[in-house]
Amino acid sequence: MPTTDFLEPKRLLPADPEIAARLARRQAEIDGGATTSASTRAGLMMGGAAIATAALAHDVFAQGGLPDIVVDVLNFALTLEHLEAEFYVRGVGTAGLIPGDMRAPFDQIRKHEVAHVAFLQGVLGSRAVAKPTFDFSGGAGSNNGPFADVFRNAQTFAAVAQTFEDTGVRAYKGQAANLMGHDDVLRAALRIHSVEARHAAQVRRMRGQKGWITGSMPGNLPDAAAASYKGESNKFQFILGQPDSNTQAQTEAFDETLTKGQVLAIVKPFIVGGM
Amino acid sequence: MSNMIEHHEIPGPEAYVDSAPVGSPWGNGSRREFLKLAAAGAASLGLTTTMSGCVIAAAGTRKLDFRDDFGILNFAYALETLESRFYAKVVASPPADLRSGELQILKDIGDHEKAHARFLKRSLQVLRVEVPMSVWPGIDFTRRQGVLTAARNFEDLGVAGYNGAGTRLRLAEFLTIAGKIVSVEARHAAVIRDLLNPNSRDFAGDDVVDANGLDRVLEPGEVLAQAQKYFAEPYRAVGL
Repeated sequence: MPTTDFLEPKRLLPADPEIAARLARRQAEIDGGATTSASTRAGLMMGGAAIATAALAHDVFAQGGLPDIVVDVLNFALTLEHLEAEFYVRGVGTAGLIPGDMRAPFDQIRKHEVAHVAFLQGVLGSRAVAKPTFDFSGGAGSNNGPFADVFRNAQTFAAVAQTFEDTGVRAYKGQAANLMGHDDVLRAALRIHSVEARHAAQVRRMRGQKGWITGSMPGNLPDAAAASYKGESNKFQFILGQPDSNTQAQTEAFDETLTKGQVLAIVKPFIVGGM
Repeated sequence: MSNMIEHHEIPGPEAYVDSAPVGSPWGNGSRREFLKLAAAGAASLGLTTTMSGCVIAAAGTRKLDFRDDFGILNFAYALETLESRFYAKVVASPPADLRSGELQILKDIGDHEKAHARFLKRSLQVLRVEVPMSVWPGIDFTRRQGVLTAARNFEDLGVAGYNGAGTRLRLAEFLTIAGKIVSVEARHAAVIRDLLNPNSRDFAGDDVVDANGLDRVLEPGEVLAQAQKYFAEPYRAVGL
C-alpha cells in the first residue's frame, strides 16, 4: 500500500475539535464569571449537549452582536437549509420511495442538512427565521406543481434534490463576500458550501450525470430547473488569459454564483405563500 | 537566475464577451479592476509593472507570504499545479485495472485542475512564484487503488485548504473566485470517494464532515506541511 501523510484523513471527533475547543474555552470563561445569556447558562446547567452546543455556538459567534447584513445572509442560508432538511427528512422517511443503492447517500445528505439547520439556528439564536411551509411539488402551495410526484417517484425526488444542491452551492458562493470580516461565520459558511458541493456531485451521479456542471446544461432536468443553471457557462475567469480550446472543461472547472434574488426566485415555487 | 522578463498577452474584448456572469463581482470592467489590484499588489512588493504588460519579476524564490492575498493565491497555484501534473501523469499511463468510465472521470478532473492552474498563473502575472518540479513519494501509479486513493487525498486536501484560507483573503473578488474553484474540488472529492466506495456515505463521509455538517478545514501551514514532499524544492512560508 502506498503511504502518504494525508492518506489517512484526520478523523474528526463527533463535534468539530476547532469549534469544540472554542466552546470549551468559552465555557471556561463563563465558569470563571464571564457574562453570558440565560439560555446558554440554562443549556449548560441542563447538561443537554445539543441545547448547550446551540446556545454556546450563538454565544461564541455572536459576541458583540452580529451585524444585520450577516444576520440576513445567515437567515437566507437557514431558509435554504430548512427547505433541504425537510425535503430529505420526508423523502428518506417515505417507505418505498428511495431505492436501495441511493438510501445511504440520501440519508447522509439528510443528516447534514438537519445539522446545518441546527447549526445556523444556534448561531442566529433569537434572530433565526421560522421555517416556512413547503410545497415540494414546486406548486407554491397547490401541491400540484411540475414535481407533483416528488415523494412517489425516485427519479423526480432525485431531480429536485439535484436542483436544490446545485442551487445551494451557488447561493452560498454568492454570499461569501458579504461575510468578509466575520471570520467565524465566513469559515463556517465556506465549510457548509463545500459539503453542499459534495452532495450535488453525488446526486448528479446517482442521476447518471457528471458530478460537475457542463456549460449551463440542466442535466436532464425539466425546464422548471433551468434558472438553477443560468450563467454556469461563464468563461469570464479567463479574462486575463487566452481561453483554453477545451471550453467544456473551462465551464466545468468553475462553479458560478447566484444572487440572493435569483435564488429566492428559484425556490419561491417551493414555498407556500411565497417569501 | 535572479530576474526574468515575461510577456503576458492580454486578450481583446472578444475573448470574454461571452458572458459576464449574472451576480458575479467580475462585472464589466473587471479586467481593468483586476489589473489595478495586481498592480497595487506588485507595488506593495516593490516590483515594477510596465504599461505594455511587460513585467519584471523576482524569480527563483519559493517564498509564500501568507500575509497577503497574492501569497495565498500563489499557494493555490502551487496546489492546482500539483494536482494538474498528477492527473496528467495518470492519464498518460493509466493503471490497467481502472474500471469502465473511470479514465474519463480522471481526464475531466485533470482538465479542471489544469484550467484552475492556468487561471491562477495568468492572474498572478508579475507576482507568480514558480512551482518546483513534482515528485510522487509513496503513490502507486500502477494500481487503481493507488491512483484513486492519492486523488481522493489531493482533492480532500484542496477542499480543506481553500476552506482554511478563505478568511485570510482581503479582496472580495479573490474570495469569490476561490469559492468558484473550491466547490469544484469538493465535487471531485465526492466523485473519487464514490468510485472508491460506491453508493455509500463516503462521498461526504464522517471522516471529513463533522457533526455540525461542516467540511474539514486546514490552516495553510498544515496543508503546506502535507504537500511539501511532492515538491522537489520546498517552499518557505512566511506569515503563517
